[in-house]
Amino acid sequence: MKPQVAFFDFTSCEGCQLNKLNFENDLLDILKHVDIVEFREAMDDKADHYDIAFIEGSITSPSCVERIHDIRRRSDVLVALGSCAVNGGVNAMKNLHPIDEVRETVYGEDKYLFATLPAMAVSSVVKVDYEVRGCPMTQQDFLKLLIALVLGKQPPKYGSPVCVECKLKENECLYNRGMVCLGPITRGGCDAVCPSFGQFCTGCRGILDNPNIDGMLEVMTSHGISLDEAKKRMLLYNSNEVQL
Amino acid sequence: MSRDLDIKVHHLTRVEGHGNIVVNMKDGVLEKAHLSIVEPPRFFEAMMKGRSFHEAAIITSRICGICSLGHQLTSLVATEDALGLEISEQTVLLRKLLIHGATLQSNILHAYFLAAPDFLNVGSVFPLIATHKDVVLRALRMKRLANDIGDIVSGRAVHPITPVPGGFSRIPEKAELLEIKRRLLEEALPDGLETIETMKALAGAIPQFERETEYISLKHPDEYALYEGDIFSSDTGALSVHNYLDVTNEFIVNHSTSKHAKYNRSSYFVGALARWNNNHAQLGEEAHAAAEAMGLKPNCFNPYMNTIAQVVEAVHCILDSVRIIDRLMEMGLKNEKPNQTPTRYGRGIGSNEVPRGILFHDYTYDNKGNIIKANCIIPTGQNLANIDDDMMKLVPEIINKTKEEITLNLEMLVRAYDPCISCSVHMLEVDFIE
Repeated sequence: MKPQVAFFDFTSCEGCQLNKLNFENDLLDILKHVDIVEFREAMDDKADHYDIAFIEGSITSPSCVERIHDIRRRSDVLVALGSCAVNGGVNAMKNLHPIDEVRETVYGEDKYLFATLPAMAVSSVVKVDYEVRGCPMTQQDFLKLLIALVLGKQPPKYGSPVCVECKLKENECLYNRGMVCLGPITRGGCDAVCPSFGQFCTGCRGILDNPNIDGMLEVMTSHGISLDEAKKRMLLYNSNEVQL
Repeated sequence: MSRDLDIKVHHLTRVEGHGNIVVNMKDGVLEKAHLSIVEPPRFFEAMMKGRSFHEAAIITSRICGICSLGHQLTSLVATEDALGLEISEQTVLLRKLLIHGATLQSNILHAYFLAAPDFLNVGSVFPLIATHKDVVLRALRMKRLANDIGDIVSGRAVHPITPVPGGFSRIPEKAELLEIKRRLLEEALPDGLETIETMKALAGAIPQFERETEYISLKHPDEYALYEGDIFSSDTGALSVHNYLDVTNEFIVNHSTSKHAKYNRSSYFVGALARWNNNHAQLGEEAHAAAEAMGLKPNCFNPYMNTIAQVVEAVHCILDSVRIIDRLMEMGLKNEKPNQTPTRYGRGIGSNEVPRGILFHDYTYDNKGNIIKANCIIPTGQNLANIDDDMMKLVPEIINKTKEEITLNLEMLVRAYDPCISCSVHMLEVDFIE
């Protein structure tokens, strides 16, 4: 029997799901090897059990916590898709501000009417078996994982920084072009897509294991931005990962 | 007719984000008919505080994956307005090409994958692979081309990379644009004409329902406004984008985590049908022929026809993209660097027509180029009051149908607006009082 897979969205932009609907060239081939049993953004059907559950988005409210526990109980394998699910992503920026201030910015005097939780990674709440990083996750990365799971193999892991992939593409270093880039400490696997299109790395795939944070901050500040600004750049996608 | 009716559709499918439909009728009196928005809030306005102008568009494009290009461009326009950054004609043309690509992809996705299954009595596009394979392949082909426009011009269709304040971080190659033009003419145009035939065949399944409302869109003197123009209301005419708060008048309702909006009436309509009603005269003859074939007439008051207006726009986007590429070739592509030297600091407002309607971003910067205050007003939020008003009129008109038929009609109504619920709750959460 083909594996029964399902997709679920929590607090996010649903862009990672959309990237799956954008598999125009491969969609029909993928459907030969898996049965999609639940995918609210695209279909009506619902199911009780999943061989593989793909989770997009952060956990940001009590109802999210309840729902992710329910999905986990009914899933054999659970995969976090994209930076919101993997480490909280941009949603976690709100965790940097006092929660009272966040509420006041949005609600004004009604701030105490509304409940909210800090934006959390899925793995903060339930066991996550595999992850696909990036904002958005790339289709190739997702396909590699899906193929590995269907074949019962281990998916690839990325140990080197974006900087290595950028050098292999023979791009001119963006620091030479007056930009401030997080490529040296950001987990690779994206094929250095942003620097290759002339834009700085924002750190969307998360920070490497054992990063030299102080060294990175020194490089950034020596290229014309303040320490405060350098820290903010580093936290854009990694508010839950980096302690500054 | 005296009847009790209790409908609750939990987490409506085939829309972006989480919404519930709630209808209560007691003894023939309609007490409640509305779309509840239950998506968790995102707090983007709070996240934006203190962020550099280099990051603003990167962050706001993450409000929504489907609408990421729209948020990114509107954010850039607001930032450029606030910081006094002039942009070149080439930048404007490339941005217009990107909007056409994003509109084509979004409208085709909605018409074929999200709306059409209702017309064919199936729950998703997947069963259609077996029964209508050529149609599904055509939809995928059109979507692929639309996404390729995004990939080539902006680096990535979902969360674009190259559009930055003051221009582009990379200019596409001439050969890449000419290849897009070839595919637009050789693939997308014939596919677009076939799409009209397909939708014409399905148009009989579109419910007949009318409710005249206020239609709001951008309007431009020289073109079918998508990238720039003034705000235009079908009730009271034009108004500068800088006065957008006079139009949106956001307010809180107790059944929605997204704010509602109203201008001259209790609600207004934004999106493809509003653009069609306000600006149809500026579409070319091919788009008009498409509209006529599918039964869309100027000043159409049937919200279900929004899907058809989207298909008409798809034809326009294909042809106007060719015109834009021709113009870029005529001018000769220049390897311009983005203009990122602010000439002032303060407040700026951006507005574009994105697939679901008129979008506003409003930023205030300090003199270091960091955001002090941000406000984003989203098309779906603006449509919510209009959807509720439609439901209040629609339910009594179809009350003799079965509960299942009424539910389907309501689901189709909400889907016709192509709502983007993640976008609409980018900031607000309200408790329910039931």
